[in-house]
Amino acid sequence: MPSHTLDDTVQNGESYLDVKGRYTGVFGWIFSVDHKRIGLLYLGSVFVFFTVGILLGLFMRLEQMTMGETLMTATTYNRLFTLHGVIMIFLFIIPGTAGTLGNFFLPIQIGAKDVFFPRLNLLSWWLYIAGAVMALLAIFTGDGMADTGWTFYVPYSTQTGTNVTLALTAAFILGFSSILTGLNFVATIHRMRAPGMNFHRMPLFVWSLYATAWIQVLATPVVGITLVLVILERTLGIGIFNPAMGGDPILYQHLFWIYSHPAVYLMVLPGMGVISEIIPTFCRRTIFGYKAIAWSSVGIAAVGTLVWGHHMYVSGQSSTASIVFSFLTFFVAIPTAIKVFNWVATMYKASIRVEVPFLYALAFLFHFLIGGLTGLMMAAISVDVHVHDTYFVVGHFHYTMFGGSVFALFGALYYWGPKMWGRMYHNKTAIVALVLQLIGFNTLYMTMMYLGYQGMPRRYFDHLPQFHDAHLVATFGSWFLVSGLLLMIGTLLYSVFRGEKAPANPWGGTTLEWQIPTPPPLENFDEIPTITDEPYAHKEEAV
Amino acid sequence: MSNHAATMVAHKHPSDVEGAKIGMWLFLFTEVLLFGGLFIAYAVYRSVYPEAFQTAAANLDTFIGAVNTLFLLTSSLTVVIAIVALQKDKQKMAVWMIWATVLFALGFMVNKYFEWSAKIHHGIYPGSPELLADHSKGEIVFYNLYYTMTGLHGLHVIIGLIVFFFVLYFIKRRPVVTEEMPYEILKNVRGTSRLAVVSEKGEELGTVAQLDDKVELVDIRLTYEPVAEKRDPRNFVKLENAGLYWHLVDVIWIFLFPLFYLIT
Repeated sequence: MPSHTLDDTVQNGESYLDVKGRYTGVFGWIFSVDHKRIGLLYLGSVFVFFTVGILLGLFMRLEQMTMGETLMTATTYNRLFTLHGVIMIFLFIIPGTAGTLGNFFLPIQIGAKDVFFPRLNLLSWWLYIAGAVMALLAIFTGDGMADTGWTFYVPYSTQTGTNVTLALTAAFILGFSSILTGLNFVATIHRMRAPGMNFHRMPLFVWSLYATAWIQVLATPVVGITLVLVILERTLGIGIFNPAMGGDPILYQHLFWIYSHPAVYLMVLPGMGVISEIIPTFCRRTIFGYKAIAWSSVGIAAVGTLVWGHHMYVSGQSSTASIVFSFLTFFVAIPTAIKVFNWVATMYKASIRVEVPFLYALAFLFHFLIGGLTGLMMAAISVDVHVHDTYFVVGHFHYTMFGGSVFALFGALYYWGPKMWGRMYHNKTAIVALVLQLIGFNTLYMTMMYLGYQGMPRRYFDHLPQFHDAHLVATFGSWFLVSGLLLMIGTLLYSVFRGEKAPANPWGGTTLEWQIPTPPPLENFDEIPTITDEPYAHKEEAV
Repeated sequence: MSNHAATMVAHKHPSDVEGAKIGMWLFLFTEVLLFGGLFIAYAVYRSVYPEAFQTAAANLDTFIGAVNTLFLLTSSLTVVIAIVALQKDKQKMAVWMIWATVLFALGFMVNKYFEWSAKIHHGIYPGSPELLADHSKGEIVFYNLYYTMTGLHGLHVIIGLIVFFFVLYFIKRRPVVTEEMPYEILKNVRGTSRLAVVSEKGEELGTVAQLDDKVELVDIRLTYEPVAEKRDPRNFVKLENAGLYWHLVDVIWIFLFPLFYLIT
């Protein structure tokens, strides 16, 4: 239960990076309950796993460069895409924006000194690490990493000899960590807003985190119990999904997607929140349609919980169910489109200042448009039956998740990095990295969608001769992409340690984090501010 | 001010009882959805195998189930009495009522133990050869669900027991408060109290009144037991949140009992 006395003591105004708490050195970080330090702990850890995930993806592309078995066996390939999926989804993208930037900026943006449960916040990071360690143990012990794909579909996941049980336990613990973050954020937003900050004066990033947090709290337990049921079948022989014992494997798919579809919205919503911050700042005007954007986050979260069946059109579920799920899936595009139109409308006739974060926001819009529209194609049952389980789905998914939410995260790191570590990035290198990423990303995933439409099935370690040329193009694209990503990570690391000192408000932002010193003091605010205006009120500049 | 104080500012934020309760309710939502997945599985399989479910349910001991229902319902009552007692600062009563809750919970687990071992003795447990050979698929599903759902519920009862032991520890902990006032000017305290003077080695030297005028500064340490209304209000939230959790455990059983025992 909450105790609101933090461990650190501080002289007022001292930067959170310089504060001497009860512990020093590494312990000053891993035992700190300061939301900013926890945010950076998350940032460091998710990027370690992101790099591992990138390399796994690169190896898969290298295997597809040639026909036949060259680099690895089919089983190794299966383990690789399982590990790639588990790492990228559970260890990178779910905590990727909410755990890092959400932890850092949510309290500051609502004018609070910390989250509501600071110790629970630290516990959620420790659970994340515990889950990560278990996932690593699954690779190096017993019969090695699971080869089921990140979806762990039964009956294969209950029968394969690989380390499924350990991988599932890791996913369960990571889910618990995610729940605690969501619970903390909801309580924080409800109880700790500064005086005058009603819900319609909250920055849109906070709105997106609010919607995300509710999905984390309400959807994650369902997948938790589902994974436990698979563990129970593997360890105790309780065959809830086993047809030999009267069970139904399709029920597993339902329960799995009841969480895992909303999960894609909890991956993308914080990214959308980031875009809603970057665009008004660099357009130097208030955002168009504030309330529409705010409530569309909630709309996406609400409708998004009712569309899981669109993953199961070919599973044998009733066609009535498929039609209802198809309709609801089209429906979820509406709040998403509302956001896109409002972002574009904000740019109309604005005096835009083009900086790297803004370029990333544009890249987000471009990719997300492609990802979203191909999503609508697959919402249509007839098209989906044609492209189901092909590279088309993989391409679509990477356009929304990688091109969408992860590019938003990159933009956010350039946008908020100067505030977090007090140093600017090197502009030209950042732009070169972005161009490399754009070329590589679109070459890789556009080609994947083409391949899928031609009939290339996903998760095959080999391909037929007619797919060879396109596979070669995709692999070339992956090289550009990986070099762009590594250059970007290098640019960010350089800025953390060697970059020029950043001013308190380099972009002319209007939200609260830009009104405090850089880097922020431990308690964020000397005095809790009173809010009297909307978050994006850009005053006319004096002539 | 002396150079001891003021330079260090504790990083604190206000204790907020409402927020602690919001946190607990959100946690309860996650619990409801955790069991929700299992209730969905139950609903699906019950509609597939309605007759087998009735046959299998007939083999469960309704009497033990009813006694356990009685135990849990009564224990919810004792928790409520404990909460009200603590609110009215009848601490002894509160402690007794928490012990009563713990006893009912233990009784529930003992019953559960006999119930499960009887079934296991008859060869009815997940994956047993008898179960797979002599029973229909619907009955096997029924027992698999029975063991999973009552097992997970039993785990929650055990967690509840542990939580109540923690609450007991917090409530019974003597709420002694120590206040330190270093470098107080002696004139300010002389004559107003009968404070004992202790040397650095811990020997009693008499009272403040016996000190002569050469002593100007003293370190003061006050140790006292606060009156009822000054006691840690967070204990009350702890008990209330534990109570909320316990009611949820109870409510889940209220659904499990008819679904597994009474559908014959």
